[in-house]
Amino acid sequence: MSDQTTDGRALIDQRIQQLLDEAPPATTDDQEFWGRQFDLGLAWIQFPEGKGGLGLSPRHQKYIDKELTDAGANFRNKQLNLIGIGMGGGTLVAHGTDGQQDRWLRPMWTMEEFWCQLFSEPGAGSDLAGLSTSAVQDGDEWIVNGQKVWTTIAHISRWGMLVTRTDPDVPKHAGLTYFVVDMESDGVDVRPLYQITGEAEFNEVYFDDVHIPDENRIGEVGQGWSVSMATLMNERVAIGGGTPPRGSGAISHAVTAFKEHAAGDDVARDELARLWIEAEALRLTALRASENAKQGTPGPEGSTAKLNWADLNKEISSFTMELLGSEGMLLPGGYDFSRPELTANRTPSPHRLFLRARANSIEGGTSEIMRNILGERVLGLPGEPRVDKNVPWKQVPR
Amino acid sequence: MKPLIFTEEQDLLRQTARKFLDARSAPERVRELMDTGTGFAQDDWNEVAAMGWQAMAIPEEYGGAGYGWVEQSVLFEEHGRALFCAPYLSTVVLGASAVELAGSEEQRAELLGGVASGQRRLAVTAPADGVVGGAPVEVRGGALYGTARFVLDGHTADTLVVHAGTGGDESLYLVDGDADGLTREPMDVMDLTRKQATITLDGTQPSGRLEGAPARDVLEAVVTRAAVLLACESAGLSQRVLEMGVEYARTRKQFGRAIGSFQAIKHGLADVLVGTESAKSAAYHAARVLQEGDGEELAIAAPMAKARATQVAYEAAAYNIQVHGGIGFTWEHDAHLYFKRAKGAQLLFGVPSAWRARLADAVGF
Repeated sequence: MSDQTTDGRALIDQRIQQLLDEAPPATTDDQEFWGRQFDLGLAWIQFPEGKGGLGLSPRHQKYIDKELTDAGANFRNKQLNLIGIGMGGGTLVAHGTDGQQDRWLRPMWTMEEFWCQLFSEPGAGSDLAGLSTSAVQDGDEWIVNGQKVWTTIAHISRWGMLVTRTDPDVPKHAGLTYFVVDMESDGVDVRPLYQITGEAEFNEVYFDDVHIPDENRIGEVGQGWSVSMATLMNERVAIGGGTPPRGSGAISHAVTAFKEHAAGDDVARDELARLWIEAEALRLTALRASENAKQGTPGPEGSTAKLNWADLNKEISSFTMELLGSEGMLLPGGYDFSRPELTANRTPSPHRLFLRARANSIEGGTSEIMRNILGERVLGLPGEPRVDKNVPWKQVPR
Repeated sequence: MKPLIFTEEQDLLRQTARKFLDARSAPERVRELMDTGTGFAQDDWNEVAAMGWQAMAIPEEYGGAGYGWVEQSVLFEEHGRALFCAPYLSTVVLGASAVELAGSEEQRAELLGGVASGQRRLAVTAPADGVVGGAPVEVRGGALYGTARFVLDGHTADTLVVHAGTGGDESLYLVDGDADGLTREPMDVMDLTRKQATITLDGTQPSGRLEGAPARDVLEAVVTRAAVLLACESAGLSQRVLEMGVEYARTRKQFGRAIGSFQAIKHGLADVLVGTESAKSAAYHAARVLQEGDGEELAIAAPMAKARATQVAYEAAAYNIQVHGGIGFTWEHDAHLYFKRAKGAQLLFGVPSAWRARLADAVGF
């Protein structure tokens, strides 16, 4: 039996050497470096050859990235074009045509073109499959009307991954089709969506008779739900990164606040200890989950992470404000109605993090939905009665 | 002890207040006022003065309406419901209490009369965490030097009540809002509906001194009263966010059914109901005890109300955001306004655990 980790290592090392010889990071502009990296198959190692990869196990990527970073390369592209690189790429490889992959993968990787995800709608949050943005076929084009919400970087994106309803007469999951929309098309209107912190991390995107060529359809008509699932599965992989160090994140702010404002308060100390323990146990759970996953024996521990983290983050950040006492009544820097940079150069204050944390139990799956998933899919408990199952979408109350 | 339920007259007061606030403190107006530097509208201030709000608990001999803190608590409950933007807590509770407890007859007549008529707004350098200690301001050669932070409405008050001095010679000094050597800067507060300021005095001459009671005793009493009225405000806020959450849960559909039909949401809102009723009871009791003047019972009732009601309101406002899902996280939706006001009230003059410690001391365990 071959060892997947060492298989291909020789080829990878050869390609790495070639990349560093041809495009030394110190003297090569980022975009050019990333371009060569793509061409040599080191961008997404698991993608097919010619599509930015070498068809090898994704486990190699960490090694590749480390070698390249040690040599002076950076991967700002993965951070700034997170949605495309983390989710769009995988979707195109799983469901896109050769032509679509050739058109979009490389400029996505080099960050020449930014990508956004157009899934959620005001009327389709937890019930994403209930979405109503419509795409009506017109010859070799589709005409799109509707509204998407919670779209990060829509304002600088060239392309969007768009899920639409193409058939209202069938049950919700069956009537969806996935497209890549050119964000520069006529009829696409991006507006900043201001949030509780005063900033606009997200956008609303309105579609008013937007024309999309059929060649930009990903997957079959009516296959939109499966393609979306591919996108979201990639999201889980993109977000689940390395294990942070002990005591980092929200709990670090709480500890600092305790030391500076509440040292000597035994009640606060006990509460802080309780939360520190929960945070550390969560961190260890993530570590255990990743070890199991690597070994190929994933257990339920991984599924509990998002729910656990979201509720705990709110609790810790709220407690931090109490530790700050009267200082917790402030918002350092005030409300500036701006779009924050994707890479935060400044570290947000605990006050701002406290406000931002309110969304943790909503975004990416509400805590209520997460509990349902754990109950039904992990624990195997009987599902909630579903009143819209097998009902044509247009007949479902909304 | 006064009953925990309201008289017909008090109910009428509530109805009138609610009607006024529905019209004049609707969310659009709240957003308008919270964006201003002053944080309030003089017109509204004058109008509520004409209705007798500021005068409610001020004795008639000083130009007040001669009612009491229970009536004032009804108003605070309605303020919480409507996120009323005004220097009301600062003037009517902090400032007026300081003058009432330590002012001379002339000072009471002038200042309380001014409060009652709406012509005088007051601010007090009360300790932000509710713990009365040494004065933040020094007195040198009869002039005041120092800085006080978290002064509610400190930047717009007509008259400031400043805790100054050292050791055995501390007093509450009266300072004109436009005195020389006084600078007043609004603070970057998270809850824009309640303004706070940093005031700095540099050789400022006071216009008077409240000498009728020791400064620290007065500030203790002021903080205790603030705790009671904040609890009442929080109870009103909690009720309002419960109603918002219920309305949304009733009408928002996902998966083909109203989200309130899901047990998780139904149970969550039921929990908010339980908490809200508990908060009201504690707040109402404290207001009555304050009115009766039973100091021993107040030492239990005030901490209980502050700790319970502000915590309930905060959790209720947080849950209201959660029930609303993504839209509850937007600036445009009103949920965050209630959330921030509730959090502020939870922190102002001491966090719940601090008030619970006071309660434990008072009850004796």
